[in-house]
Amino acid sequence: MMINGKQEFTITAYTENHVGLLHRITVVFTKRKINIESLTTSESERDGIHRFTIAVTETEETVSKVVKQIEKQIEVLKADFYKKNEVVQQELALYKIPTKSLTNGIEVERIVRKHNARFLTIEKKFVVIEKAGFRRETKALFDELIPFGIHEFVRSGRIAVAREEFGIGQDVKQLLETTAY
Amino acid sequence: MNGAEAIVQILLNEDVDLIFGYPGGAIMPVYDALYDQQEHIQHVLARHEQGAIHAAQGYAKASGKPGVCLATSGPGATNLITGIADAQIDSAPLVCITGQVGSTLLGSDAFQETDIISISMPVTKWNYQVTDAREIPSALAKAFYIAKSGRPGPVLIDITKDAQFQELDFEYEHCESLRSYTPEISPNPEAIEEAAILINEAQRPFILFGQGVILANAEAEFKTLIEKTGIPAAWTLLGLSALETDHPLNVGMLGMHGNYGPNLLTNECDVLIAIGMRFDDRVTGNLDNYATQAKVIHLDIDPSEINKNVKAHIPILGDVKVTLPLLLDKVKLNNHLEWLQRFHDCARIEQEKVIAAELYPSGDVLSMGEVVRIVNEYTNGDAIIVTDVGQHQMIACRYSKFSQSKSNITSGGLGTMGFGLPAAIGAKLGAPERTVIAIVGDGGLQMTIQELATIYQTKAKVKILLLNNEFLGMVRQWQQLFFDKRYSSTEMINPDFQTIAKGYQIPAKKVTRRADLEKAIIDFLDYDGAYFLEVMVGKENNVFPMVPSGAGIAEIRLE
Repeated sequence: MMINGKQEFTITAYTENHVGLLHRITVVFTKRKINIESLTTSESERDGIHRFTIAVTETEETVSKVVKQIEKQIEVLKADFYKKNEVVQQELALYKIPTKSLTNGIEVERIVRKHNARFLTIEKKFVVIEKAGFRRETKALFDELIPFGIHEFVRSGRIAVAREEFGIGQDVKQLLETTAY
Repeated sequence: MNGAEAIVQILLNEDVDLIFGYPGGAIMPVYDALYDQQEHIQHVLARHEQGAIHAAQGYAKASGKPGVCLATSGPGATNLITGIADAQIDSAPLVCITGQVGSTLLGSDAFQETDIISISMPVTKWNYQVTDAREIPSALAKAFYIAKSGRPGPVLIDITKDAQFQELDFEYEHCESLRSYTPEISPNPEAIEEAAILINEAQRPFILFGQGVILANAEAEFKTLIEKTGIPAAWTLLGLSALETDHPLNVGMLGMHGNYGPNLLTNECDVLIAIGMRFDDRVTGNLDNYATQAKVIHLDIDPSEINKNVKAHIPILGDVKVTLPLLLDKVKLNNHLEWLQRFHDCARIEQEKVIAAELYPSGDVLSMGEVVRIVNEYTNGDAIIVTDVGQHQMIACRYSKFSQSKSNITSGGLGTMGFGLPAAIGAKLGAPERTVIAIVGDGGLQMTIQELATIYQTKAKVKILLLNNEFLGMVRQWQQLFFDKRYSSTEMINPDFQTIAKGYQIPAKKVTRRADLEKAIIDFLDYDGAYFLEVMVGKENNVFPMVPSGAGIAEIRLE
């Protein structure tokens, strides 16, 4: 969906794992006053190489400039960006609701099954439900759980892999094989 | 050996024989280590860290070597920031070393603690905090490599005080590559082929050249290319002096206060060839009306500059030292005399409407342009001209003559007032055999006027030419033209600069009449040492031509 020429993009960057690099990358967005919708970083498939996954809604032109400015940072190996249909993506959500809402019938269990969610833990006073999916799916479960009282809700940032055999992970592999540290 | 001694040893390994700085608590061990190496490393004591870093910038620009700057933690480090930002936007190689509170105190709001890594992050090419002396060699090796390679820029290494005291087994190796950093891009032969075809077929090709030509030491390659193809070439503020002023294909300056022809004809050329320049908004004016008719070939070392402001039909990534000769092989011997004549026609109009009155004013009031004209007559274009920011900067860049490269040093991208005087000190120390003239205004001079003491202490033979109009002239010009002549806070009630210069034991002279000007300039240039020449110029003179802010370049105004 496009609003003002803006659409959802996922930016992926492979980087060294150094203190301060997160700041250096976010500065690129701050400079242009771009809101980062979510940012996830974790070790990638390569030892010692980190991977940033950044979700933004922007014009393609701006995103392409931002990605070049990210890749320009000394400790970034490769960066690229994808449209919505070019990635396989997920988010994870956790919902904490009171345990007593389960004792008053099977409604909650029915909702959880319907949404392909699961109970992560059931404590004396509260239960935690986990749901992986798209934003609209985690939101739909949220809406249905509202009547039971949601004590806490948290959603992870987007994680995504390219909808192609290799993606830039292959470029990173080549770079690491051909260059000394 | 302790960390501080290792730092000094590394400077020697990197062929550093001159550094700029200001001591303080958290950097004292390094200053102590420097004490033993005074014969090999000269430390220039500035009077403010901003002075030190601008001097390091001037040194880098004049010598082509990285400028090294030392400061303490907290305020010492934050005072560097303006210069670092200036170096980042103008691609000056700098290695800044700051002291930091002890590692156990980090984050505790200790005395003179500031998070200089975070503060400097947006304005450095790279930065790193060292908390263990064993990291010093690798961090500094990377710092020098990153500052110098690719598109140069400033780096900052922050070193905690305990790491400076800590003992280490010293071993040093220069850094020559980093897996996450590719400063050298192999040229794309197809792009070069396509560009050559476009250039060979062009009827009205036009070359814009920037600092990339100077940073790549590709002045000769560049000149050969324009001479072979016969293409008129115009310069950006930072590209100035890459091609001698009198070259028949040098058609002048681009941008807001650039020459008439280069601006007007940018919108008439059929092929625009941008070499080592980044299409700054002061060059392009309103992008919607910028060279929309032209096919654009963009040669640059920085991939993030391609398509940033102006879309390149043919991008040629790489060092122009490498790409220009490849292009040269493929372009035909050619000339574009009729097209070149168009530039000459525009130059004649500009000469009549603007330049003649600026260089040879008819009234009693002295103009900045006539001062620069007389300076030219006696330097023959061999001097390094360092400018501050404002009207005098535009006049100096428009009218100074240059016969060799690396001769124009100015704050372009950031427009940092206060840059000129300290940068001239660094330039003189970086190119001691050359005449260095700091052309400054009365506003900018007073932002770093304390550096006159650095001149006094180092005996640097800097010529200071103050063009005094008792106004913040450029802002006043805008107020006159665009704010209904409401001169809000731009008039300067100035001190007696003659007395100030004398306080620093610098010979000084003030000129208010045309009859005294030429003799004063001769004395100024002939004097063997620093000299302060103040010329009172027209208070409300304006710089023309001018592309009004937000307008297209073809809307350039001659009056």
